[in-house]
Amino acid sequence: MATEIHAVRRETAAPATGRPAMPGLLALAVLLLVLIAAPYVLYPVFVMKVLCFALFACAFNLLIGFAGLLSFGHAAFFGGAAYITAHTVKVWGLPPELGILLGTAFAATLGLAFGALAIRRQGIYFAMITLALSQMVFFMALQLKFTGGEDGIQAVPRGHLFGVIDLSQSMSMYYTVLAVFLFGFAVIWRTVHSPFGQVLKAIRENEPRAISLGYRTDHYKLMAFVLSATLAGLAGGTKAIVFQLATLTDVQWQMSGAVVLMTLLGGIGTLLGPVVGAALVVTLENYLAASNLPVPVVIGVIFVACVLLFRRGIVGEIAARFGNKRP
Amino acid sequence: MSTIFGIPPQALFGQLLLGLINGSFYALLSLGLAVIFGMLNVINFAHGALYMLGAFVAWLLLTTAGIGYWWALLLAPLVVGAFGVVLEKTLLSRLYKLDHLYGLLLTFGLALIVEGAFRHFYGVSGQPYPIPDLLRGGQNLGFMFLPNYRGWVVVASLVVCLATWYAIERTKLGAYLRAATENPVLVQAFGINVPLMITATYGFGVALAGLAGVLAAPIYQVSPLMGSNLIIVVFAVVVIGGMGSILGAVLTGYGLGLLEGLTKVFYPEASNIVVFVIMAVVLLIKPAGLFGRER
Amino acid sequence: MIARLLAGAALAALAVGSAQAQQGKISGDVVKIGVLNDRSGLYADLGGEGSAVAVRMAVEEVGGKILGKPIEVVSADHQNKPDIGSNLSREWIDRDGVDVIVDVPNSGVALAVQEVTREKKTIFLMQGPATSRLTGDACSPTGFHWAYDTRALAVGTGQAIVKEGGKSWFFLTADYAFGHQLETDTAAQVKKAGGTVVGAVRAPLNTADFSSFLLQAQSSGAQVIGLANAGGDTITSIKQASEFGLTQSGQQKLAGLLIFLSDVHALGLQVAQDLVLTTGFYWDMDDEKRAWSEKFKAKTGKMPTMVQAGSYSSVKHYLKAIEAAGTDDGPTVAAKMKEMPVNDMFAKNGKILPNGRMVHDMYLARVKKPSESKGPWDYYEIIRTIPGDEAFATMAESGCKLPG
Repeated sequence: MATEIHAVRRETAAPATGRPAMPGLLALAVLLLVLIAAPYVLYPVFVMKVLCFALFACAFNLLIGFAGLLSFGHAAFFGGAAYITAHTVKVWGLPPELGILLGTAFAATLGLAFGALAIRRQGIYFAMITLALSQMVFFMALQLKFTGGEDGIQAVPRGHLFGVIDLSQSMSMYYTVLAVFLFGFAVIWRTVHSPFGQVLKAIRENEPRAISLGYRTDHYKLMAFVLSATLAGLAGGTKAIVFQLATLTDVQWQMSGAVVLMTLLGGIGTLLGPVVGAALVVTLENYLAASNLPVPVVIGVIFVACVLLFRRGIVGEIAARFGNKRP
Repeated sequence: MSTIFGIPPQALFGQLLLGLINGSFYALLSLGLAVIFGMLNVINFAHGALYMLGAFVAWLLLTTAGIGYWWALLLAPLVVGAFGVVLEKTLLSRLYKLDHLYGLLLTFGLALIVEGAFRHFYGVSGQPYPIPDLLRGGQNLGFMFLPNYRGWVVVASLVVCLATWYAIERTKLGAYLRAATENPVLVQAFGINVPLMITATYGFGVALAGLAGVLAAPIYQVSPLMGSNLIIVVFAVVVIGGMGSILGAVLTGYGLGLLEGLTKVFYPEASNIVVFVIMAVVLLIKPAGLFGRER
Repeated sequence: MIARLLAGAALAALAVGSAQAQQGKISGDVVKIGVLNDRSGLYADLGGEGSAVAVRMAVEEVGGKILGKPIEVVSADHQNKPDIGSNLSREWIDRDGVDVIVDVPNSGVALAVQEVTREKKTIFLMQGPATSRLTGDACSPTGFHWAYDTRALAVGTGQAIVKEGGKSWFFLTADYAFGHQLETDTAAQVKKAGGTVVGAVRAPLNTADFSSFLLQAQSSGAQVIGLANAGGDTITSIKQASEFGLTQSGQQKLAGLLIFLSDVHALGLQVAQDLVLTTGFYWDMDDEKRAWSEKFKAKTGKMPTMVQAGSYSSVKHYLKAIEAAGTDDGPTVAAKMKEMPVNDMFAKNGKILPNGRMVHDMYLARVKKPSESKGPWDYYEIIRTIPGDEAFATMAESGCKLPG
């Protein structure tokens, strides 16, 4: 099994180690400026959608890119948190920040339970187990009373952030989402560059060796899983507030597939890749929807091409081409 | 009215029978997955899409060429199998040297394309496929009413599963196959064309999915989404059974179908998740699956 | 009554104020009509492109222009997903300047769109969705519910079947807003008429195999199995009930609570014969309806369902209200629409309640036997006209909190 995980590493661009390099920082600064200016040029709700999915993809990437674990069930955390946030804000009347916090906490708990089960197996089994577990969450969302079945939870009030900032204004909502995204991104950045991140990479490269060095690898993998689930939940809870609803779409396995797609497209194991991938997929879905082209087919073809030809993804390919291994 | 455990017998046996029918599809599909996995070490995510393709081929044969059910039962699996062979030769075979996860990702992309294309042209609502004349009507068994066609599905899938098991475990070809699974290099050295064997195995595995699709068409209607929800349950079945044995995949398939039926009698709300709960329990007790072995 | 008049006047005054505050009379110098419905799934036949065709017919009748500005019709597929419907309508209103949203079958999606149109003060003309909540607890000042609703279906079909002797009921319910409400409303009418409800089972939307649900219904021993579902789900459940011999024993009877003309067409008279149903429109009732329906059929190849005919009627009324109000400002037009009676080929002397409910006569129909049908699309025999006031809830009964 260890050799299999090895292959993932070889195919992906080498992740950032040590201090981030200059071009990487530059790219980040440009991205930040673009994001601050974006709502004045683009439709704010669209950019908010991109940001929520970008955070979701970054959270997913933390697991596959830096711990070598392919989860096919991240929709459970994303959608589960969306439901909890929507319910607590709408029915319990909590302010949005508490709702998102509770949603995120729920995702963390769920992540702990699923992670503990899933890390008992590796590779393909790990993917299938996470997929099956998340499908269980889907069916529960379909049947439980509070989730509203097919209707989902609708008309969630955006409310006032900290009781002061009126989120029904699209600009204040936008900058709140941006802040959440930047926070999540910073957490991932910090994690990847911490000793914990180094151990994860060691496990991904060669698990038996990491074990022989005295690391309790299961423990580390579980922690990475929980962290990834938590951030996915943060993205899901935020999305519920932005769109004022939580529905089955958020917990469907197709959502898990979409995040795999975004991450692979952008570049597994690169920090910026998932952001680029998410922006690309959401944009494609948005603009192709108006045309007569079948969206899933176009995305599927791009995906297959990526798997066969560009396994490093967009950001990974760019980094490799320009000799910069630390995007 | 007499009852069993407080349940009217017609409900109990009826649901068990429906469970057995669902189980037939689980068994056929997980059998195909297990055969493919054994040889290629790839989990075929496109299995659900190919099952759907089988049903659509049957439907298209009927509506465009007037070719009926019985010929479709033969032709559709051949078409799907041929399609699988093309996929394996042109795409999958490029990935064998890489992590097996890429095989999963590739087949996931293929599933998106196939399903998306059919969805684009035929919408998501089901196209009706008539029950063949020979199997219309049903039998009143006293305790329940059994439509002939559903009975046929159970018999047909049992026969196919047993035949496949026999071919793999009891014939010479099967012996080569099993040997190639264990040690492809050595088998190749004995002069057996292993790449051809791999291609044929994939073709056969997906043909089984195509066959299941034709069997399902008159029951579930023909819809582009018919495979995508089913396949996840089948994944869980495969995890529960373990990948070790063909017989394991088949038995787990039928067993879980029956269990689902029982759940529908006693606690219908849980019928959709019972398979996943069982999977979690099995993982806790025997991570390799009921019939599996750690590799 | 006086209170209502006062409130109406106050609303109108407010609306006039806001209209004057706006520069142009027609926002964006174009009236954009968005037809949002299921265009590829199980409800595509009852609304779908047909609704868009009906809307375009209404637009053509006024010459494609109103107050000198052009009228544009756009359409989109919500795929029966509340999130897609909600996002699409938000984008339409925010970005594309859509002034009115039409149809939106699937009550779950309609409830989501109602929230958006309420927030944006945009007119919403509902045809496809059924739940009476849209003019009840979820009502909106700019929301209009036109062709039918769950309460009217319950009053029509539910009562009629209890009168025929179907006393004990078991529901097979589509598991979302529409099914739940149809079950609730029908159960209330059944009990009112002296019947009982012995149980219910809920099936997901777009179920492929109803057999296990039908078995549960069968073992309940109820005389009537009420199908609280619609479109493709109704068609599948009726077909599978006959496959399992449910109705052959003669002890149990199927009652389709919402059946559209398109469903009968798909099932065929052999299977559908003698079903009793409630409808807001049938093409073969008078010359005006026949003439319009033939025109519709020339464009689509099919006779219109009540959803499609209602789409035409509501857009026609909406355009008249713009003409009368001299603006396309949402709240102003909404107030105007409620003042004017609805008179067209769809409804005679229809009136709109303050909650947006368009009250018009409904019809109880029986599906003809193959031997009775004189030709294609000759499917219904109208057995009773249900006066609008009986079919629909009054403002007080509806539970809507709007002033009125």
